[in-house]
Amino acid sequence: MADAGMLRFHVPEPEVRPGGTPDFSNVTIPKAGSVPRPEIDVDPRTIRDMAFSIIRVLNRAGEAVGPWAGLLSDQELLEGLRHMMTLRTFDARMQMAQRQGKTSFYMQHLGEEAVSCAFRKALQPGDMNFPTYRQAGLLIADGYPMVSMMNQIYSNEADPLKGRQLPVMYSSKEHGFFSISGNLATQYIQAVGWAMASAISNDSRIAAAWIGDGSTAESDFHAALVFASTYKAPVVLNVVNNQWAISTFQGIARGGSGTFAARGLGFGIPSLRVDGNDYLAVHAVAKWAVERARANLGPTLVEYVTYRVGAHSTSDDPSAYRPKAESDAWPLGDPVIRLKNHLIQKGVWSEDRHTQAEAEILETVIAAQKEAEGHGTLHAGGKPSTRDMFEGVYAEMPPHLRRQRQQAGV
Amino acid sequence: MPRRTMIEAIRDAMDVSMGRDNKVIVYGEDVGFFGGVFRATQGLQAKYGKSRCFDAPISESGIVGSAIGMAAYGLKPCVEVQFADYVYPAYDQIVSEAARLRYRSNGDFTCPIVVRMPTGGGIFGGQTHSQSPEALFTHVSGLKVIVPSNPHDAKGLLIAAIEDPDPVIFLEPKRLYNGPFDGHHDKPVTPWSKHELGEVADGHYTIPLGKAAIRRQGSAVTVLAYGTMVYVAQAAAEETGIDAEVIDLRTLLPLDLDTIVASVKKTGRCVVVHEATLTSGFGAELVSLVQENCFYHLEAPVARVAGWDTPYPHAQEWDYFPGPARVGRVLLETLEA
Repeated sequence: MADAGMLRFHVPEPEVRPGGTPDFSNVTIPKAGSVPRPEIDVDPRTIRDMAFSIIRVLNRAGEAVGPWAGLLSDQELLEGLRHMMTLRTFDARMQMAQRQGKTSFYMQHLGEEAVSCAFRKALQPGDMNFPTYRQAGLLIADGYPMVSMMNQIYSNEADPLKGRQLPVMYSSKEHGFFSISGNLATQYIQAVGWAMASAISNDSRIAAAWIGDGSTAESDFHAALVFASTYKAPVVLNVVNNQWAISTFQGIARGGSGTFAARGLGFGIPSLRVDGNDYLAVHAVAKWAVERARANLGPTLVEYVTYRVGAHSTSDDPSAYRPKAESDAWPLGDPVIRLKNHLIQKGVWSEDRHTQAEAEILETVIAAQKEAEGHGTLHAGGKPSTRDMFEGVYAEMPPHLRRQRQQAGV
Repeated sequence: MPRRTMIEAIRDAMDVSMGRDNKVIVYGEDVGFFGGVFRATQGLQAKYGKSRCFDAPISESGIVGSAIGMAAYGLKPCVEVQFADYVYPAYDQIVSEAARLRYRSNGDFTCPIVVRMPTGGGIFGGQTHSQSPEALFTHVSGLKVIVPSNPHDAKGLLIAAIEDPDPVIFLEPKRLYNGPFDGHHDKPVTPWSKHELGEVADGHYTIPLGKAAIRRQGSAVTVLAYGTMVYVAQAAAEETGIDAEVIDLRTLLPLDLDTIVASVKKTGRCVVVHEATLTSGFGAELVSLVQENCFYHLEAPVARVAGWDTPYPHAQEWDYFPGPARVGRVLLETLEA
């Protein structure tokens, strides 16, 4: 037994701070194609090691290899590339719009585009996502109009949410995208409830829950895993591990558990880790988990290993807490470049076509932006009415709100 | 008409609602097979099956959070929190989510849930089986808050709450589950079978949310009360001989201001009574509304009788609980002021 001297308090620290040399040598990256693909009705106890590995399809040469490869046609992959490029361009334009004072706030997806874009393609119409603020790829990949997203960001007269919500807190039932809340993790248990409701109703639709690495520390994460496990709810429990929760490195939330996927094991939930920057791997794993849910086999937890390349938000400066070049050192690379290289390797894409596509996409995004700005921006042009502020608190406006609306002079 | 206890009336309300609409789902801790620690859901699982009425893990945020997801799907969950004292882990889900879902999504998603919870003291429940947290909910835009005081109302209000398109906090004064209680703890309690408000019609009926009921007509002073305090106020009026008009608010949010204002304008005096602690309690809102709307009709300061600003004690139950003697004293002071 160790000498029982003074107790010492333990606070985890990231490997490197600003000024240091980025180092991910402690991150073990399994070879692409090395993780087997079990049947969807596998006994969860037999695949526990999958919670500690990383499912990868694209190798360094850009080839799709192993048992998780081969699910998507070239056409689908080209479409996926376009979705990711669109999200990236959208982000860049909206980031700039915030800097220009056209809106108050924005949050980018830089480096995480594959996660939401590829996941969306594994779902069917009617399925419901319960996203965080960093899954706009679900909307882009489902064809939700970019102009509507921008209208929301600008809180203008065409804002589908009538100016009531902070930018990027989208909502679209039609596109299977649950209303985003600022309160972290609340959606995780709601997703499980939605899935329970689908099962209660003998429906065939499934739910997808989304959470970041940091928010797994919230108690609703735990509640969601308990309920999903207890009722075998048809839900895919997604954890996007982008290494950072604002300034806090993932070790603060993860503690000694090894991986976030490992959290699912204690609940008897099959738990997989996947290369979040590998469009093919994300899609294949998502499809596996979605099929499990739809086959009434219960929940699956999926950890997407990725990296938050951009700042947390337009209100954040990452250089205050991590090395500037850390994202360049990230061993899983860039999801857009990796899919692009794969498609070039397959001979269905080229550098020229990529450059051309970038220009086309930029044009499309700018056109959408012009249209949205025609409806106003936060401080200029059309905006939602003051009356809208009082509507929708309840289905029917109660007397006290009617009085207050009168007092407001509207 | 059949007489029922408040528990039986509440159970009947869920039974009727589940029978009429298969979207109504009932769950919570010990709610399924066992039928609830207060027997409020007894027999529902056997009658409607485990998909409609089931036991939940001990997780209040899980219960309410999952109910919000179910409501977003299109069901109508009526969930139970075993004691109002244990609702706090679900507070984030109630305040940040249920209350705001319609507003923040501009009606894209809605949250027709009911959260039932036994509330109030007078039962030697100590700190965590006696609280009255209604003010924590009346401060939240987007919620409706109900406190019934008798079996007839409990059934009609609960059915209305389940059918309501918005989230409802349904606080059940557990001291009233088996019979009315006027604060005279030294006397035997009369069961609901001996009280006219124990008459509960079979089948479906509703009592509209947002409507108060006048329990005792009077001309000298208006007493605003809800839950157990309705009976305490009535007893205080009888024992002091003061001609008080006792209003049972029934719904705290939205509030029936018209009934309150009409009464205070008639009597010129007002006393607010609640079990919950005084400071920033719902009474403060009532006093404020009365003075704003009835200032020129008031002949005395609006008074409050409430629980003391302490945690709810065990041994000192009857020193804490605002009984008829305390309410009677304040009624006299208000008349003499």
